[in-house]
Amino acid sequence: MAATAETPTAERKQRKSALNRWNRVALGFLLPLLLAAGWEAAVHFHLASGRLVPPPSVIFATFADLAKTGELQRHTFATTARVFAGFGFGVVTGTLIGAMAGYSALTRRLIDPSLQALRAIPSLAWVPLFVLWFGIFETSKIILIAVGVFFPVYLGVMGAVMSVDRKIVEVGRAFRLTGPQMIRRILLPAVLPAYVTSLRTGLGLGWMFVVAAELLGASEGLGYLLIDGQQLGKPAEIVTAIVAFAIIGKISDWLIVLAGAPFLRWEDRFSVAPQVED
Amino acid sequence: MALAIANVCKTYPNGVHALEGITLDVKPGEIVAIVGGSGCGKSTLLRAISGLDTPSKGEVVLDSVRIVAPHEKIGIIFQEPRLLPWLTVAQNVGFGLEDRPCAERESRVATALRRVGLSDKANVWPRELSGGQAQRVAIARALVPRPDVLLLDEPFSALDAFTRTDLQDHLLGLWDEFRPTLVLVTHDVEEAIVLADRILVMRPRPGRIADEIVTDLPRPRDRQSAAFDFAKRRVLAALDRSLDRAKRIDDRETKADEGAALWW
Repeated sequence: MAATAETPTAERKQRKSALNRWNRVALGFLLPLLLAAGWEAAVHFHLASGRLVPPPSVIFATFADLAKTGELQRHTFATTARVFAGFGFGVVTGTLIGAMAGYSALTRRLIDPSLQALRAIPSLAWVPLFVLWFGIFETSKIILIAVGVFFPVYLGVMGAVMSVDRKIVEVGRAFRLTGPQMIRRILLPAVLPAYVTSLRTGLGLGWMFVVAAELLGASEGLGYLLIDGQQLGKPAEIVTAIVAFAIIGKISDWLIVLAGAPFLRWEDRFSVAPQVED
Repeated sequence: MALAIANVCKTYPNGVHALEGITLDVKPGEIVAIVGGSGCGKSTLLRAISGLDTPSKGEVVLDSVRIVAPHEKIGIIFQEPRLLPWLTVAQNVGFGLEDRPCAERESRVATALRRVGLSDKANVWPRELSGGQAQRVAIARALVPRPDVLLLDEPFSALDAFTRTDLQDHLLGLWDEFRPTLVLVTHDVEEAIVLADRILVMRPRPGRIADEIVTDLPRPRDRQSAAFDFAKRRVLAALDRSLDRAKRIDDRETKADEGAALWW
């Protein structure tokens, strides 16, 4: 479509920037697509066996096979359910304790040093203990994930509550807000941006820990699929599981962003151009 | 409503003696300006009147009610607009009307926004406002609950000179509508003279009232007039005295103060 003389410059500029954006995205895809095509060709022309590094077509076929038999869905569901449960526990406890620690200096002095000490322990070190305490089934896995999710949420909420602008709180006081009103009308909206960020970090760690939990023994789940692929020498199955992780991880992260977006339209961010006129 | 400040003292926990024996009566509808060098306790005094801080000694009484916490008849405007960034301009203005029925809230917010000339900004976020517009929203927010006393803590000091005089005139226009009592803290002598019926000069360490100057020039006050200039010199001389530039006082009293004018 040719830009005619009547086309307003603004529109043309917009179209141009949209084009640029697509170009940028396309540029990012160039390298992986070239590599994939190159590897596919190399295997196709028998320059390489492709046994340990399966070509894209094999991965795609394995993915489709597993999806067709319902295996992939079953494993994905098992993993997602674990992350969901662990994330839920981690978020609830992290939010409550983080809010208390942020709000009251006494609580903070009381519990924060202990929690910081616990945080310093690499979380995977808990695994043997959790297995002893909670058995090898779901409970220990969910608790491990919850521990992973807890810390970023706790730190995020505590930091956000502590850094609420004193001047804004004073506006609430000047308008004689009661305690619950202050929380609902001032504190909650003020901590929300940082909270969404900490939820995203927490969820990322949740996905990380579910792999660890499932690698250590599970009869279903994407982590089981990874182990299964390793033990039976099926690299395509491993890659399929990895791709599935990437997809659900991205989708779940996107869901959090989506859920928070309506409440965060006010944010004065770098990417939002303010329109000041005076 | 009459505002009575009786022997207010304030000592902070860290030992800073900010206010000593401040006594002041403000008549209903009066505009009082408090000026003084930095650190003279003028903001502390305003915070004590607002109920945001409580004095260590003495009391603030509004129509026989002792003020110990923020009161619904006392509004305050801070140096910064302090708008809530997650509320639109209209929601910010209606912040103090949460308990009123929706229709009443909307009409009062719309009226207030029209008065400050920002009707077209009702639905934008605070981040999209300029400094002067944001401060006008803050003024509307403080006026919407119809306070009897409005406290202003250096409300225009962060604005450029042009916007500042603009908003001073604007504030007087708003004041004229229902004549609340205004207590204004400022370090801008011209601002004090443009707005106030009475100017109190404070001196520091500990903060107390050093001087009181009545400005009874007819409103609107011409910033260029000789009478205005004379008032300004009087206030500047009083400020000089309050800052203990004592040895120059003698000839300063009689000679009009070039030095003070330069200093300011």
